[in-house]
Amino acid sequence: MASEHIVKSFDDELSQLDNLVATMGGLAESQLHAALDALISRDVVTAEKIVADDKQIDGLEEEINIQAQNLLALRHPVADDLRLVIAGLKVSSDLERIGDYSKNIAKRTQILTGAPRLGTSNSIKRMGGIVETMICDVLDAYLARDMDKADDVRNRDEEVDALHSSLFRELLTYMMEDPRNISYCTHLLFVAKNIERMGDHVTNIAENVIFMVSGHRPSEARPKDDETPFTLVDSE
Amino acid sequence: MFALQDTKGEALVTQATQTEETTIIQGGKEAPVNNKVVAKDVAVHYSGAQALFDIDLDIPERRVTALIGPSGCGKSTFLRCINRMNDTIEGCAVSGSLMMDGVDINSSDIDVVELRARVGMVFQKPNPFPKSIYDNVAYGPRIHGLASDSTELDEIVHRSLEKAGLWNEVKDRLLEPGTGLSGGQQQRLCIARAIAVSPEVILMDEPCSALDPIATAKIEELIDEIRENFTIVIVTHSMQQAARVSQHTAFFHLGKLVEKGTTEKIFTEPEDQRTQDYITGRFG
Repeated sequence: MASEHIVKSFDDELSQLDNLVATMGGLAESQLHAALDALISRDVVTAEKIVADDKQIDGLEEEINIQAQNLLALRHPVADDLRLVIAGLKVSSDLERIGDYSKNIAKRTQILTGAPRLGTSNSIKRMGGIVETMICDVLDAYLARDMDKADDVRNRDEEVDALHSSLFRELLTYMMEDPRNISYCTHLLFVAKNIERMGDHVTNIAENVIFMVSGHRPSEARPKDDETPFTLVDSE
Repeated sequence: MFALQDTKGEALVTQATQTEETTIIQGGKEAPVNNKVVAKDVAVHYSGAQALFDIDLDIPERRVTALIGPSGCGKSTFLRCINRMNDTIEGCAVSGSLMMDGVDINSSDIDVVELRARVGMVFQKPNPFPKSIYDNVAYGPRIHGLASDSTELDEIVHRSLEKAGLWNEVKDRLLEPGTGLSGGQQQRLCIARAIAVSPEVILMDEPCSALDPIATAKIEELIDEIRENFTIVIVTHSMQQAARVSQHTAFFHLGKLVEKGTTEKIFTEPEDQRTQDYITGRFG
């Protein structure tokens, strides 16, 4: 952050925490990318690999927990140093959840290989692509301590919510058209929901970046555009 | 009695070259409390060299206020203004106003001896008188005529030692010399001695720097207990100690008050870069 500590090993330990978060974030991002590719191309082998690789993300979270615990116990960080450690802890648990959602998409991919080609893959790909960029940007913001960039990412979640709402309606329509679609569409609904939840976790990370830099969490409510909780099937 | 003790103060600040304008930040929300001491534009010169610049600081009643900052930043100098200990230093001139309960303590009709009974002090090194444990505590009440007979004096000694958390350890050897106690016990004896004259304010200048962690914890617990009845101002080099014992913290740097606020605010979200750098260990 600002200038260096008098005790240099303290700086080393703090940047080690940064590196762990960066590695974990990079992995979460590539897992999502791979999960989307595997889903669209119905690639079961890649999907299996994604499920197995999630352990790496979990392992990194554990490393971050240990590193943060040691910093708290041995260095007694205060002010911006303390916020960095707290943010590191919280960001890692959001990244771990993001990893879980990619894993879940990969699991569903293994079932969805037999599904009829419905017109939803483009929407899912687009939605996932936005979240992937958001993960990338929020990590940049984290490492650069860039509050404005974090705020920008936070506001982009609205787009994800909107896409989720329209996918939701689209999938309902397919289900009403042909009840044989219901099983597959339900899985796709979960995939869409997973991506939407990832966006929420990215938003949490963005808020932690703002907290880390400024010392307070953003107060104003962020824009939301998720209508699915209020969507009903018109059964006429 | 307290004037007897200050043999060696902290290294005096001689830099007077500070040019940049200092803004003082009042941070954090605090419950409305009475301010026991109100300092306004307090400046201190030592033989012409300015050690303190325009200090505005309120000391809230029945709270612990910690003064932190690097060596030579003026925190001890400020502390010594509150009971006019600086009067004892040749060439030292204090200006500005320091009000305690609305009365200017630098005014000429203030009786300094009486002031120092109201504003007690505990020093870095435990400095019991070469007398018995009993006499160490009884000394102040005796010279201030606080007890009408020996029963009452016994009671004051008992109460003070109890408040200082020392009674159980010394009750069977009250007539043994105070200097025979351990360092931590001696420091608690000095606190008992300060409490014995029922002061309103207790100034502590690095009270734990010569003590081990257990003795330090006992003093910190004691500070936390007695703040119900006294207003406490503590100078400490241990930031962790300031964080542990105080409710308010003021950060001094190069003779200026840089930032003051609730302790939580100073240690989680300081506003001034210099405060941040100091408490996180980026300059010293």
